[in-house]
Amino acid sequence: MREKVSKFLHSNFGDWIISEETFRDQQSIFIKPEALSPICRSLLEDETLGIRFLSDITSVDWLGHAREKDGRFEVVYNLYSLKYKYRFFLKVHLPADNPQIDSLTPLWEGANWMEREVWDMMGITFIGHPDLTRILNPEDMEGHPLRRDYSLTWEQPQFTWNKDRPPEIKG
Amino acid sequence: MATETMHINMGPQHPSTHGVLRVELDVDGETVVRARPVIGYLHTGIEKTMESKLYYKAIPCTDRMDYLNPMGNNLGYSLAIEKLMGIEVPDRVKWVRVILAELTRLNSHIVWLGTHALDLGAMSMLLYTFRERESILDVYEACSGQRMMSSYIRIGGLAHDIPRDFDKVVKRILDEFPDKLQDYEALLTDNEIFINRTKGVAVISAEEAINLSLTGPMLRGCGVNYDVRKAEPYSGYENFDFDIPLGKNGDAYDRYLIRLAEMRQSLRIVRQAIDGMPEGPYRARVPGVVLPPKEDVLHKMESMIFHFKIITEGFKAPQGAVYQAIESPKGELGFYISSDGSNKPNRVRVRPPAFINLGSLPSLVEGRLFSDVVCAIGSIDIILGEVDR
Repeated sequence: MREKVSKFLHSNFGDWIISEETFRDQQSIFIKPEALSPICRSLLEDETLGIRFLSDITSVDWLGHAREKDGRFEVVYNLYSLKYKYRFFLKVHLPADNPQIDSLTPLWEGANWMEREVWDMMGITFIGHPDLTRILNPEDMEGHPLRRDYSLTWEQPQFTWNKDRPPEIKG
Repeated sequence: MATETMHINMGPQHPSTHGVLRVELDVDGETVVRARPVIGYLHTGIEKTMESKLYYKAIPCTDRMDYLNPMGNNLGYSLAIEKLMGIEVPDRVKWVRVILAELTRLNSHIVWLGTHALDLGAMSMLLYTFRERESILDVYEACSGQRMMSSYIRIGGLAHDIPRDFDKVVKRILDEFPDKLQDYEALLTDNEIFINRTKGVAVISAEEAINLSLTGPMLRGCGVNYDVRKAEPYSGYENFDFDIPLGKNGDAYDRYLIRLAEMRQSLRIVRQAIDGMPEGPYRARVPGVVLPPKEDVLHKMESMIFHFKIITEGFKAPQGAVYQAIESPKGELGFYISSDGSNKPNRVRVRPPAFINLGSLPSLVEGRLFSDVVCAIGSIDIILGEVDR
């Protein structure tokens, strides 16, 4: 199944695929941001692979790490084939300034809340999302808490004790 | 006569929203035109907190997400880290974990049953199910000393070996539970009021369910056979014999039948596991990564050093990302752990089944009767602790 997915993507979208890696038996394919929507559409329409289930969307912030040079943010699409019981990941790197990518809501309705959460927590804009509003945090919150430069102890609304500088916490 | 839609704010302190869920509803007479769930009232930033901790120390955070499924959450996180570190645990550990995970499923399902029936007007169910739940909490207490937030399943094994009377306590549950399930069924399955409130309510088709990324009884209720225990077996589930109950109509009644059937299957798994429990250590031996057994720490120099090192500076994980899914009572609970090579995770993402299932609420209630909203929320089986994290 791994070769099948790899072959399907390479033969149809060769120019858009940056690299491929397998870690602990899990296949991840890095693609260019503009390729996401067409690739997902063709995966969804393709009968031979049976990739119909979008399991999850999440994001990683690589601030201060060597991988930041590919783009600070990484958006991870967790796709699953119910037919062949096979899971793989599409990964996209986005730049630090104004990270944005196509929304998958036209393909999967379930992407709606997942993308809202990624926007809320990591600040990645999904173009074409019908209702891109905060979902877990209050409407008037500033910043995106899961970014690495957002302090763990920073509270909003700010209390007097951390008004100027959030206290350091060591794990 | 001119009519206009009315805006109703249901929750966040409505008794049938299972915690602090708020639903904004636009109703036209008795019909729901638009529903918008508003969540986040219990958001505590658990993912962010876990990223700031050593791998070992994040385990207590997992209990607090889905508080009816503490052992399942511990298991999911531990399995993810074991995958990341390439640790293979002894069979005894796997078997004990399976027993505890299945008892936790029972715990979650009976609390769901009691609260769901209470929502629909059958108050006595709640009293019965909470009585039975005690026996499961007793097992937790015997193992870990805690009734709810157990943190018993650790990376590479268990906190300590199972108690001496574990067999006896678990077997008592196995003996008592089938009769209790029969009592519940006698009260609800053929109950006309219950059937009227649930049959044909909150219906979803298989196509829609897949499109909405639903998992667990929500997905299996419409006949899609997807259970992580069978699809991607973990923790030795491939060694046990059990069936996956499937529904046909995708309505609230089918979900009820599935959860009842799942409880029977869980009992079946627990019986096989307790009868075939292998002997062996309760923790893998991986120096520097898995804590050495407490007995060794007190008597052996190396063990004490490793213990000290793991607790103070943790262990460094290889760079890479892993995803580990388990079948929680609500659906596919996944942990996506991205490591940057240091002793703390760069990102911990929890794929919360209740959160994603709750996203389907508008599709379940829009265009249907207002009085069915409560039944729809109940049939999803949400835990707000997990939805908001």
